[in-house]
Amino acid sequence: MLDQSIIEQLEALVGKENVLTGKVDLVAYSYDATADLPRQTPDVVVLPTSTEKVQEIVRLARRNNIAIYPRGAGTNLSGGTVPLKKGIVLSFQKMNQILDIDAANLTAVVQPGVVINALNTAVAEHGLIYPPDPGTVATATMGGSAAENSGGLRGLKYGVTKNYIMGMEVVLANGAKVRFGGKTVKNVTAYDFSNLFVGSEGTLGIITELTAKLIPAPKYRRTMMGVFKTLTDAGNAVAGIIAAQVIPATLEIMDRMTIKTVEDFANIGLPTDAEALLLIEVDGMSEDVVTTEADSVMRVVTENNGDLKAAESDQERDSLWTARRNALPALASLNNTVILEDATVPRSRITDMLIICQEIGKKYDLTLGTFGHAGDGNLHPTILCDKNNEEEMGRMHKAVDEIFKAALDFGGTLSGEHGIGVAKMKYLGDELGQSGVDLMALLKESLDPDFLLNPGKMVPVRGN
Amino acid sequence: MAVTDKTYHDELAIVQEELDKCMKCGNCMAVCPVYGADKVESAVTRSKIAVAEAVLAGDLELDDPQVYEMLFNCLVCKSCMTNCPTKVNFDRIMLALRAALVRKNGLPWLKKAIFSTLKHPKLFDAGLRVGAAMQGLAFRSEKGGKAIAPRSPFTKVGSQFGFDDGRQMPSLNIMPLRDKVPEVVRAPGSTIKVAFFTGDSLNYFYPDAGKDLIDVLTANHVEVHIPKEQNCCGVPVLVHGDIDTVRKLARKNIDTMEATGCDYLITGCGSCGGAWQHDYVELLASDPVYGPKAQKWASKTCDISTFLTKVIKLRQPKGRIEKTVTYHDSCHLKKSMKVFVEPREIIKSIPGLTFKEMKAPDACCGSGGSYVISHYETASAIGQKKADDIKATQADTVSTGCPACMMQLLDNVNRCGGEQDVVHYISLLAESYRKEYSQS
Repeated sequence: MLDQSIIEQLEALVGKENVLTGKVDLVAYSYDATADLPRQTPDVVVLPTSTEKVQEIVRLARRNNIAIYPRGAGTNLSGGTVPLKKGIVLSFQKMNQILDIDAANLTAVVQPGVVINALNTAVAEHGLIYPPDPGTVATATMGGSAAENSGGLRGLKYGVTKNYIMGMEVVLANGAKVRFGGKTVKNVTAYDFSNLFVGSEGTLGIITELTAKLIPAPKYRRTMMGVFKTLTDAGNAVAGIIAAQVIPATLEIMDRMTIKTVEDFANIGLPTDAEALLLIEVDGMSEDVVTTEADSVMRVVTENNGDLKAAESDQERDSLWTARRNALPALASLNNTVILEDATVPRSRITDMLIICQEIGKKYDLTLGTFGHAGDGNLHPTILCDKNNEEEMGRMHKAVDEIFKAALDFGGTLSGEHGIGVAKMKYLGDELGQSGVDLMALLKESLDPDFLLNPGKMVPVRGN
Repeated sequence: MAVTDKTYHDELAIVQEELDKCMKCGNCMAVCPVYGADKVESAVTRSKIAVAEAVLAGDLELDDPQVYEMLFNCLVCKSCMTNCPTKVNFDRIMLALRAALVRKNGLPWLKKAIFSTLKHPKLFDAGLRVGAAMQGLAFRSEKGGKAIAPRSPFTKVGSQFGFDDGRQMPSLNIMPLRDKVPEVVRAPGSTIKVAFFTGDSLNYFYPDAGKDLIDVLTANHVEVHIPKEQNCCGVPVLVHGDIDTVRKLARKNIDTMEATGCDYLITGCGSCGGAWQHDYVELLASDPVYGPKAQKWASKTCDISTFLTKVIKLRQPKGRIEKTVTYHDSCHLKKSMKVFVEPREIIKSIPGLTFKEMKAPDACCGSGGSYVISHYETASAIGQKKADDIKATQADTVSTGCPACMMQLLDNVNRCGGEQDVVHYISLLAESYRKEYSQS
């Protein structure tokens, strides 16, 4: 419990209405979207309304050695926002203003609490988009998605969050405010701080403003689906599309278990004996180019024995997307706990990874379906289990260990887009080695020597 | 009735399976109107589920003031349910919690608790009970006598709960609809007969819209039964956890409708229709006598727009109405009854009328029954957004399919200086038919 005087000082700083201490409010900030993690209530939730107030809060916390957990919408999948060591949850939901849209420079300046979709709605009237599109675009904030370096369905062609953050304002653990980057496309002044803080999961500094890169919205698109009898055919089709020099905006894959579950869940006419399904969307500024690319994709799908469907209207596009949209909800409907991983492999190893995930599921007698972003190698092996069944949860943990090991053996990585947080911290050494883990600790301790910022995430707290 | 199998209305633990479906993904945040206004997590569905889990686990008490305050900071608009990937039936969770609270501490305690935040609850109650005779004293007439604004001294005592100078409510009509019309209105050449369940709002607050609905049916050669014995649908007491009363109302209403022997039951209110289509079935699931009857009437219940366009062939309106009209989707009409295409089809079929869709037509208007009274500030913030979206369409008329929304729209349109008329969409159709008759 925090001393009442701390609460009073916080109230004096940001106003009573922006300091929450009721037990219901504390429960409301005790979790994020990650399954199978302990919940922890904070001591207090503070909703700052300006950078200066964030600085004051950080100084107060530092003087009193209180942990701070920056939080956007709390939709992350790594336990990144759970206040493990109690202290202050710093919610940015009220710093949600778009400060500037600069169509001439193709940039937007936003406060961290701006929801990704709200930015996209605002820039749409200029014919622009902000491409990163994690599954939670309608709720996730710009600050949260930058801190987590979120990906999404369009990663292959358009990249991920780090490719769109041009500048930032950050409050450091000592209360100082730094600004770097900006509206210029080129900027090699100093270290590349944006890339240090993007993906730092709130452990190195608190993002209080972002300059985001925008691009012209693609004018044309074509959507296609290929259904395959073998995983090899599907894998060859993915390779074939890239070999035909087409970079689709979306290149999604679903395995047999996922297809069958989606069909049972939504009854949309998917063949339940298929081994794999690809959803492919090409887009661009010119109709000719998009048509040519779509033709290439269709040829590759057919050449690889795929059963092809191409959307001729928005309605048909929507129905092709229904399968993909329902993948997670359908799998989630099978049990009370959804373990959603994001192990990622080089694109050429997608088929190997899908096969090994299925084998691991079988080995541990688990319900496991895999879907994900075949184009960028980012898969979502998803295990459905019963949180009340200790023995099954044990098997699940072993399966997850093996999935990560497999991804690393294929030259891949622990996390393509969800981040490390609490959930994957113990595996870090497997990918980075001891020297890599030491480098993480060195960075953390130089920027946040007292472990005040989101402690217990990414880097173990010293002495623990 | 001997309850053999309990429903979630009787036993809180039954909703555990709904709680387990929630992944805490947060998709509900995108559409929850209360969260949109308050911006704190305790307002949003997934947090209410987390709190429900804590209650069931024994970590929080249901009658803790913070817990029940959170429970009632919800419009039960079901917006979250339409955006939920795992299809959590959050309405069941909310109703089960509220019912459990009533079981634990009793209804009078709850009412007192909900309205304890209001400074003068008794006076508010008195204000609502101002009958038609008192109306002229307490309220001044505006907008052609169809809207009333509070007069002093109500303004002074009422400002704590929204009864300030700017508050507009529909007038409490001197004669309710069911006293105005006969119990059976025959139509020449009719081959189909329907029962019109008026609900309280169309009966007391908007009898003209109720009359329009009857006129439209007879113009389409449909015989209309309007039994005087019908009661409130019960949704207002259901959302306060008063399960005994709503079950009684449901059985009485079913008896009344059984006696008419009608082919269909027609509603002009999303909450009433939703009660017949879903709530009665769930409430009476373990009642061997009324359970099957509730099921039967659920399948016979249609919103008036569905009946006109899907069951019979709508008589095309010919009278021109030179108006620019927008349409607000009532939450219960769209999210519970799944009716949103049909009203638009009807509106667009009227000659001379220009239809303009507003931004986010299915965003809640903030009414939520007594929510607008117990949480006037939040409800107004939500309503303000709606009023701005209406204004942006430049329509002169805003139509909707639910009387509760009409009240809230009337208040908020007026508050942000809008000039739009607020009507039930069925009144537009009735007006077109009337024009046609007067011209021929």
